Amino acid sequence: MDEARISRHGSGARLWLAGGWLLLALLAAIFAPLVAPQDPLAQDLMFERLPPFWMSGSEPGFWLGTDSLGRDLLSRLVFGARIAFIVAFAAALAACLVGSTLGLIAGYFGGWADRIISRIVDVWMAFPPVLFAILLVAVLGTGLSSVIIAIAVIDWTRFCRVIRAETMGQARMDYVENARIAGYGRIGIMLREVLPNVVPSIVALLSLEMGIAVIVEAILSFVNLSISTDDPTWGGIIAEGRLSIHQAWWVLVFPLVTLILTVLSFSQFGEALKARFDPVLR
Amino acid sequence: MSAVVKPCLDIRSLSAVLPNGQRVLRSVSLSVQPGEVRALVGESGAGKTMIGKAVLGVLPTSVRIVEGDMLLEGEDLGRLQPKARRTLIGARTALIPQDPLTALNPSRRIGPQMTDRLVRILGWSGQRAETRIRQLLDEVQIRDPDRVTKSYPHELSGGMRQRVLIAAAFAAEPRLIVADEPTTALDVTVQKQILRLIAQLQREHGTAILFVTHDLGVVAKISQKVSVLYAGKVVEEAETADLFAAPQHPYTRALMAATPRYTDPFASLKPVDEAVLAGLAAEIAAADQAWRRPHG
Repeated sequence: MDEARISRHGSGARLWLAGGWLLLALLAAIFAPLVAPQDPLAQDLMFERLPPFWMSGSEPGFWLGTDSLGRDLLSRLVFGARIAFIVAFAAALAACLVGSTLGLIAGYFGGWADRIISRIVDVWMAFPPVLFAILLVAVLGTGLSSVIIAIAVIDWTRFCRVIRAETMGQARMDYVENARIAGYGRIGIMLREVLPNVVPSIVALLSLEMGIAVIVEAILSFVNLSISTDDPTWGGIIAEGRLSIHQAWWVLVFPLVTLILTVLSFSQFGEALKARFDPVLR
Repeated sequence: MSAVVKPCLDIRSLSAVLPNGQRVLRSVSLSVQPGEVRALVGESGAGKTMIGKAVLGVLPTSVRIVEGDMLLEGEDLGRLQPKARRTLIGARTALIPQDPLTALNPSRRIGPQMTDRLVRILGWSGQRAETRIRQLLDEVQIRDPDRVTKSYPHELSGGMRQRVLIAAAFAAEPRLIVADEPTTALDVTVQKQILRLIAQLQREHGTAILFVTHDLGVVAKISQKVSVLYAGKVVEEAETADLFAAPQHPYTRALMAATPRYTDPFASLKPVDEAVLAGLAAEIAAADQAWRRPHG
């Protein structure tokens, strides 16, 4: 009982720190037009490469400075969060739905279903993920939905593998046998008895996957294969920052820090949620 | 007991094979009369649990039954459609499992897990099922049924969980309970209580039990009849008292000789006599060869 308390508190700080950052970023993304101090697309050559607020030469209203075209960095980061979160949620959910369903089927039914699904996963995972994504976007054409589809198509295998293994472990438990004796059908048992026991893992993975989706989207933006419009993306800002690293380090550093914090928060949030809601760990 | 009473469970020359053709059950025949406790004893891997699973219809998919019949209260399980078979097994049998840690779903509360089956198979109302569960929890001496039914499995001790499972097994008034080494995973002190509890409920409810165990001491305490199993073959069956008084088969004698005795706690553990095992192996090989000829 005491041990359980300790682990709960241990996950508490993680949960609130990670959740807090994600909530902040999410709110900023949703209310971007209200939150952003400037128009993220407005160029002003008078104000190019302004440093962040604590350095000399900074201008009020441009808190994190400006890039080489004089666009406000903070506003661009806030609007970039929109794309990051849309991609994170949509791509991770799609990957989760496909991967978890196949993983559950492979793990629970075993036999041929498992063999076929597992071989597909093996082949899939042999593709280098980033190149695969670039290839997919090249085929699908750039744009938000292409990025989402590409990430889901690549990353469902992560869910499939983990959920398959978890399901296999659960399916061996005696309570599954008991449910069969009590007259439940195979599919009924899979959904009623096994699925609730793998949900904590699904949630943790889902959160982790959101972070990964943010990274992949940033990579695609970095190589200019993400969305084709002028809307700012974190990866795009980093790419621009790379070019002016010697004159304006902040254009590279702030989006990187934002990206790292967000990805880290997603993974930590998922783990903390799992620790809190898994009845066995709890 | 008159001979006309229909046996509760009647297994007739049941054989099962693995995908590689190896036999795991070798023409097993045994019957359990209503209200009788039949012990199934043997070493691990002898096929005790396999017989229990076959009766309950939960054999692993890799194990295939190739011959023989199983009659549950006169109904041939092999002739029924899968759905009808499930319903029959669900209504008339129950399992007291070996490991109470994994036999309850960790993500569901105890109460619904116990009433589930009464509602589904017997079609009881939730209210009635709940009342029944209360009554059974009382019978297994759980004093705070409210707390227990609202708990998750991990909040209860192993002994408590096994009590819950025993209560659940008896709740639907099955005619036959398969008890698969129900005390193996428990503390020695708890084992005794649980055994006593099963015996008591068995007497009160008049349920037949197929009691799977490797412990001859348990056999002597709880059963009226015993089948001794080796390598999926029944080598001897007898009334429990007779078996202990005068074991007929050399393997049974060897097994008894290998049982540790409390009177001499410092004696080293003895394995089953090897000469006996060699004889058995030859006997089984010969029988398998004879069995394969007509079965291809």
